[in-house]
Amino acid sequence: MPQGQTRLVRSWGNVARGEHSVYSLGSRFDEFPRLPAQTSILPFGNGRSYGDSCLNVGGALLDMRSLDRFIQFDARHGTLRCEAGVQLGEILRIVAPAGWLPCVLPGTQYVTVGGAIANDVHGKNHHRAGSFGCHVTQFELLRSNGERLLCSPQMNPDWFAATIGGLGLTGVVTWAELQLTRVSGPWMSVESVRCRDLSELLEMSRAASQEHAYTVAWVDCAARRKRIGRGILQWADSADEVGETPPADRWCRLAVPFTPPISLLNSATMHVFNALHYRRHGGRVRSMQHYRQFFFPLDGIRHWNRLYGPRGFYQYQCVVPADGADASIRRLLRAIAASSEDSCLAVLKYFGDSVSPGLLSFPRCGVTLALDFPNRGARLESLFARLDAIVADAGGCLYPAKDARMPPSLFRAGFPQCETFSRFIDARCSSSFWRRVMAEA
Amino acid sequence: MKKVLIIGATSAIAEETARLFAQRLASLYLVARNERRVAAIASDLGIRGATQVAYETLDVNDFASHAAMLDRATEALGKLDVVLIAHGTLDNQRACEESVDLTMRALSTNALSVIALCTQIAPRLSAQGSGTLAVISSVAGDRGKRSNYVYGSAKALVSTYLSGLRQRLYSAGVQVLTIKPGLVDTPMTASFPKGPLWSTPRRVAAGILRAIDKKRDVAYLPRAWGPAMWFIRLIPEKVFKRLEL
Ligand SMILES: Cc1cc2nc3c(=O)[nH]c(=O)nc-3n(C[C@H](O)[C@H](O)[C@H](O)COP(=O)(O)OP(=O)(O)OC[C@H]3O[C@@H](n4cnc5c(N)ncnc54)[C@H](O)[C@@H]3O)c2cc1C
Ligand SMILES: NC(=O)c1ccc[n+]([C@@H]2O[C@H](COP(=O)([O-])OP(=O)(O)OC[C@H]3O[C@@H](n4cnc5c(N)ncnc54)[C@H](OP(=O)(O)O)[C@@H]3O)[C@@H](O)[C@H]2O)c1
Repeated sequence: MPQGQTRLVRSWGNVARGEHSVYSLGSRFDEFPRLPAQTSILPFGNGRSYGDSCLNVGGALLDMRSLDRFIQFDARHGTLRCEAGVQLGEILRIVAPAGWLPCVLPGTQYVTVGGAIANDVHGKNHHRAGSFGCHVTQFELLRSNGERLLCSPQMNPDWFAATIGGLGLTGVVTWAELQLTRVSGPWMSVESVRCRDLSELLEMSRAASQEHAYTVAWVDCAARRKRIGRGILQWADSADEVGETPPADRWCRLAVPFTPPISLLNSATMHVFNALHYRRHGGRVRSMQHYRQFFFPLDGIRHWNRLYGPRGFYQYQCVVPADGADASIRRLLRAIAASSEDSCLAVLKYFGDSVSPGLLSFPRCGVTLALDFPNRGARLESLFARLDAIVADAGGCLYPAKDARMPPSLFRAGFPQCETFSRFIDARCSSSFWRRVMAEA
Repeated sequence: MKKVLIIGATSAIAEETARLFAQRLASLYLVARNERRVAAIASDLGIRGATQVAYETLDVNDFASHAAMLDRATEALGKLDVVLIAHGTLDNQRACEESVDLTMRALSTNALSVIALCTQIAPRLSAQGSGTLAVISSVAGDRGKRSNYVYGSAKALVSTYLSGLRQRLYSAGVQVLTIKPGLVDTPMTASFPKGPLWSTPRRVAAGILRAIDKKRDVAYLPRAWGPAMWFIRLIPEKVFKRLEL
């Protein structure tokens, strides 16, 4: 099958983009694509990473979306084997009616199994379930030399650890097997409370993490002074009761059809949105939500990333160690408040102390904060530099899946295993992200 | 629950169509030449909801094996509600111009094998007094052009054959559906540069199911290809022969 056409490919944040020659596989039995000499390649899932970790500008991408077959589903024991290009939303359509869910779900259902492994993604239940990789029981890794390695915690455990969170650099995951978790139905009992300031928010988050399976907090980034860190904390558990509206079909009908010429999310609209969102929320609200609504609120509007206009946007997601987390988060929020940049969406969550299985996994015990910013060039970068300093000072790190700009020093400090990891990189694999963060200072 | 036989089941368009049938809990019998790939598709369809899936391998140019394959399929499914014929090859036109062998093979795979199959499927559906015979032809069969007229003429043969067969089976209550996709991004067209005119196997598959449900005779997919091809057919040969198409 002739391959390797040149295409412009962009990632979710629309900041990182560029020409790639694109290859694909017809089936999981196919060989590693034959490339021109000197050309490197990177597996590409569904492009839901925000920055350049899913890109290989000037080189090749291997589009994994054509590998989307299910292989085996054991509805009694909740194990699912499927090809790496299957998206989590598709898995849900199959396994949820049988009373199962993937143990870890990120904030969008449009990610592939291969992408979820390569970033070792986390969900709102990290404090209970750990990261995605904790529930991967085995997978096949196809290397450019033709080798196919079966990897699990027992077999080729070093390759298993390198590939989970391995940013697509160790080779191609062709299929994977997941352990699912039992649920009594598609409904979640969800409760949310308004928190006045950061102390209250962190305090209540910690408490909620002890009691509930899922927790997450929205932080009002427009708040200033004493109100800094105010927000809405949400927690949830799988419910036995049944909710009213079955939204599955009406869900996902809205879409942003094209990219508007300027960002519709700017400081004025965000101030109004943040203030309204905070005020309209009563003191405490309890509801029943369908799991799709609960896990993937942003999927309700397809292509919402286009709202940021042609210049795109950045997400800044860090984790700071549990020790001293309160002070670090306060410093981060203060730095943002003191700048003229507005974060349009800020999400905070406690990570539990389960150890992520990947050499380069991002999730680790502490508090994670994710902030979306419209791209305003140099002004924004100077804020990022201040935030970097606070994160580095706290001994934290940034999430590669969301990153398009972190300096190499911060990457190396946050991922001390990166040298060990380098030994597992496939001779033909590379990425824009990797070349950037491993560049000599 | 529909009983569906698919020939050329590893085709990208056929696979997407099969998934839609599986979602509707159909029973499927898959025929393709690559055993490992058709087996993988069969397992996938089972998980996606198909009531029952079986498969066998066949090279469609092996005409002598058609009858036995149809017997096994009919036996496994009980009856044939839908038969979809999807296999095809888009051989390099230039290479065909230089090789009688390649040209004959292209005509055999894309036209003769289809007609051989239809010849044996028609009486079965006719005897049942129901069912759908859906065959993927192509817009390329609507008019020969220099870039792919070997393929195009094979598809023209299929379309013309089906038009006659449709008349014959009409009174027996059998639907004969000619599917004419435009440009679809599949392995067959992997080497073509893609543009806005291109559709996806998923969209075409949804169109195929709609056309079956609505008992249509000819389905251009996406639909805009209908008027576009009507216009292209109107161009006088005098003018057409000068065009760079
Ligand atoms: C709205 C939204 C919400 C999100 N919420 C969360 C969240 O809550 N938690 C979280 O952790 N992340 C979250 N993310 C990020 C997202 O989950 C990750 O970026 C995920 O990895 C994207 O998967 P993808 O399939 O799109 O892969 P891509 O973004 O295309 O690729 C990601 C990485 O996976 C590699 N890769 C892909 N397929 C394979 C394969 N078969 N074999 C080897 N490597 C492969 C690529 O090389 C790349 O390094 C969110 C993203 C969005 C857009
Ligand atoms: N793609 C388009 O733009 C387009 C447009 C109009 C019409 N069509 C028609 O749509 C149909 C499906 O094609 P597609 O686009 O889905 O391409 P595809 O994925 O390449 O499918 C073609 C299929 O035909 C099979 N096949 C070829 N020769 C065979 C043989 N001798 N015996 C058995 N099987 C054989 C191939 O099997 P292997 O995989 O084993 O080779 C393959 O599964 C074809 O009839 C094609 O002509 C396609």
